[in-house]
Amino acid sequence: MPWFKREKTIGTLEAGAKSVRTEGLWLKCEGCRQIIWKKDLEANHQVCPKCENHSRIDAAARLALLFDGEYEVLDAGLTSSDPLDFVDSKPYRERLASMRSATGLTDALISACGTLEGRPVQICSMEPKFIGGSMGCVVGEKITRAIERSIAQRAPLIIVSASGGARMQEGAISLMQMAKISGALMRLDQAAITYISVLTDQTTGGVTASFAMLGDLNIAEPGALIGFAGPRVIEQTIRQKLPDGFQRSEFLLKHGMLDDVVPRKELKPYIATALRFFCGPV
Amino acid sequence: MEPQPVAAPEAPPNEAWQRVQLARHPKRPHTLDYIQRLFTEFHEIHGDRSYGDDPAIVSGMGFFEDRPVMIVGEQKGRDTKQKLYRNFGMPKPEGYRKAIRVMQVAAKFGRPIVTFLDTPGAYPGIDAEERGQAEAIARNLREMARINTPIVCICIGEGGSGGALALGVGNHVYLLENAIYSVISPESCAAIIYRESARAAEAAAALRLTAEDLLRLGLIDGIIPEPPGGAQEDADAAAACVRESLRWSLDQLGLLSAEEIVAHRYEKFRQMGNFFL
Ligand SMILES: [Zn+2]
Repeated sequence: MPWFKREKTIGTLEAGAKSVRTEGLWLKCEGCRQIIWKKDLEANHQVCPKCENHSRIDAAARLALLFDGEYEVLDAGLTSSDPLDFVDSKPYRERLASMRSATGLTDALISACGTLEGRPVQICSMEPKFIGGSMGCVVGEKITRAIERSIAQRAPLIIVSASGGARMQEGAISLMQMAKISGALMRLDQAAITYISVLTDQTTGGVTASFAMLGDLNIAEPGALIGFAGPRVIEQTIRQKLPDGFQRSEFLLKHGMLDDVVPRKELKPYIATALRFFCGPV
Repeated sequence: MEPQPVAAPEAPPNEAWQRVQLARHPKRPHTLDYIQRLFTEFHEIHGDRSYGDDPAIVSGMGFFEDRPVMIVGEQKGRDTKQKLYRNFGMPKPEGYRKAIRVMQVAAKFGRPIVTFLDTPGAYPGIDAEERGQAEAIARNLREMARINTPIVCICIGEGGSGGALALGVGNHVYLLENAIYSVISPESCAAIIYRESARAAEAAAALRLTAEDLLRLGLIDGIIPEPPGGAQEDADAAAACVRESLRWSLDQLGLLSAEEIVAHRYEKFRQMGNFFL
């Protein structure tokens, strides 16, 4: 399952990002094309106050949104050894190194524990800017360890997905992470530990086709691209234009593939309520 | 464009690409060719009991040397009409749902399961997305992990990414000598990294998708030899090779209890991809 570079960057509104089109303090929303105060956007967790367009946020911002305050980052040092010795337009090792300096992370996921409205939880948060949020052996191992900790501590698990799928540069090793994680989720399921999967823009390929679709609840942010095959692959296969809204959260909801679509500002209270429902009071 | 990849175009004949050609050879035996040669009294079991019956996946009951086994495999077509009927071996969600349904009924009655992997990939289409292709594959991965009878998986041709893995969570996973197993097709990979699908041969080498590569990386359990020139030269001989491995696996796995079978499969996949600095 490939990860594709997006043709246009929607979202990433951090200072210095490519989509900053107006100088300084103003930004043009990719949803409604209106000019908005950057501060208003930040105060609203990168959701356009005018049209509710949800821009992408990075893994750390997501954790800050969900945890009560401080949280502990786990397995932070894990780094891929480049087992295939893979070279594309540049060696994979160099790509990893440049991604490390760009994001401050060693791979495309932060695993952390902390509390959510007072309840101890494990949260895995994917970083879309690290090679498209793609899943190789490090992402696979970090999620599997988080699941094992959830079982050992009987703490609910939340995984926030933002990924183009399995990482090409680690070949079939990436593919097998799908089976490894799904096997661990079988054990989590047997142990009756709550798992909430949050799908964000974009979640495709082997990530959707494994842990992202295996939550006790699968919920998504509005307007997120979610699917198995990427839209361009489908267009090439069927040789016709895709309908408007195809593979967006609302489309999946309509087809019975999501439990709900939850706006970013309601995400934490939603999860807190769900955990109170499944696990009882804190 | 940025610097060119190291794999030089004048490199000696590319072994990985030759394997890709053999894995996709138009005369290569398909799932039904093996079923016919390996099992007696095979009766197909159709449908997912929810939406439809996917001809890209064949499943059913049969006997392997008098032992009852459930069989599930991806089926490509031979001629144009068959290819269209089988959707070129690209399953839809209802195919994967049929597959797990029959595996679960097999497990209920203590029957081992044999799967044949042979697909370019799960079907990428509007209808497949609407009916939850990703959910169907994901569910199979989790539910195969739970099956408490032996599962033996044999990749006989193309192991096309998640579309193959959805039948591939086995206690023993074999590749035929000239089969491949990959996260992405060499053509798609080349289109991404070289912006040119014509350079698929280089991508095939980079992806480490041959049986030897996968065994070395600890992702499969064994390689089944093929007759000289490849399985397409002699389907009977290829099936005879598969028979030997299948008998050995069913004998070995038959010694394990239901709990041991689940643990054995789990631990094997748990160790995959320990490539950290
Ligand atoms: Zn807007």
